[in-house]
Amino acid sequence: MSEFPIFDIAGSALNAQSVRLNTVASNLANAGNVSGDPATVYRMREPVFATFAMDTADSSLEGVQVKSIEESQAQPVKRYEPNNPLADSEGYVYAPDIDPVAQMVNMISASRAYQANVEMINTAKELALATLNLGR
Amino acid sequence: MVDASNSLFGIHSTALELQQARLNLLATNIANADTPHYHAQDIDFSQTFDAISNKDSLTATHPLHITHADSGNGSMRHVYRIPQQPSLDGNTVDAEYEQAAFARAALHYRTSLSFVDARAKTLLTAITG
Repeated sequence: MSEFPIFDIAGSALNAQSVRLNTVASNLANAGNVSGDPATVYRMREPVFATFAMDTADSSLEGVQVKSIEESQAQPVKRYEPNNPLADSEGYVYAPDIDPVAQMVNMISASRAYQANVEMINTAKELALATLNLGR
Repeated sequence: MVDASNSLFGIHSTALELQQARLNLLATNIANADTPHYHAQDIDFSQTFDAISNKDSLTATHPLHITHADSGNGSMRHVYRIPQQPSLDGNTVDAEYEQAAFARAALHYRTSLSFVDARAKTLLTAITG
């Protein structure tokens, strides 16, 4: 809707930050999943943000979209646990290389951005309502 | 479309349109605070307003100035913001600065709105007696 592009822009940002929070939750939930095969172990996931034009008439108004969710190419952490039922023939298990502190920082940043966009929607809604009440 | 010498509401209707455009641009900045290689933009308000008031054709006097010649609001002049903190991913949005600018722009919008409202009420009083 081109009359109030601010709602579309903020809505797209809310969606993108929500996807980011979901990937953080997925990473934290799977941080302890080990596997005997380095090819099948969980890899840390991160969303890639990109702009996209909301209104073809005014190209400076751009929202956010999640272009893709990339899997980390870092090597999984190798641990020696011969008693683990998932260990491979040499007694090693592979764990995903996820730093919980970095994930928590990411989560805080995403929630702050989410709150900022919610405030923006509230402010825009109040201004629009005040404009509609002109002359009353 | 944008006429600074609107006889009914004077300069305030123009100011209202420009402030709405500025609010949209600041919203774009805040929404893209985490996008890599995004450059924050703003409307150079004083110069845009002078250009509209004087009805001059716009000339870009600085390499950073962008003029949108094709849109209906052809007099918007966008400038890029200079970031206060460097960022690893090429993003130049300072989220705190943009949020404060958004709050200030909303306040300016409210101010212009109250002027237009007062003018409308005065006219209504004049008509209805």
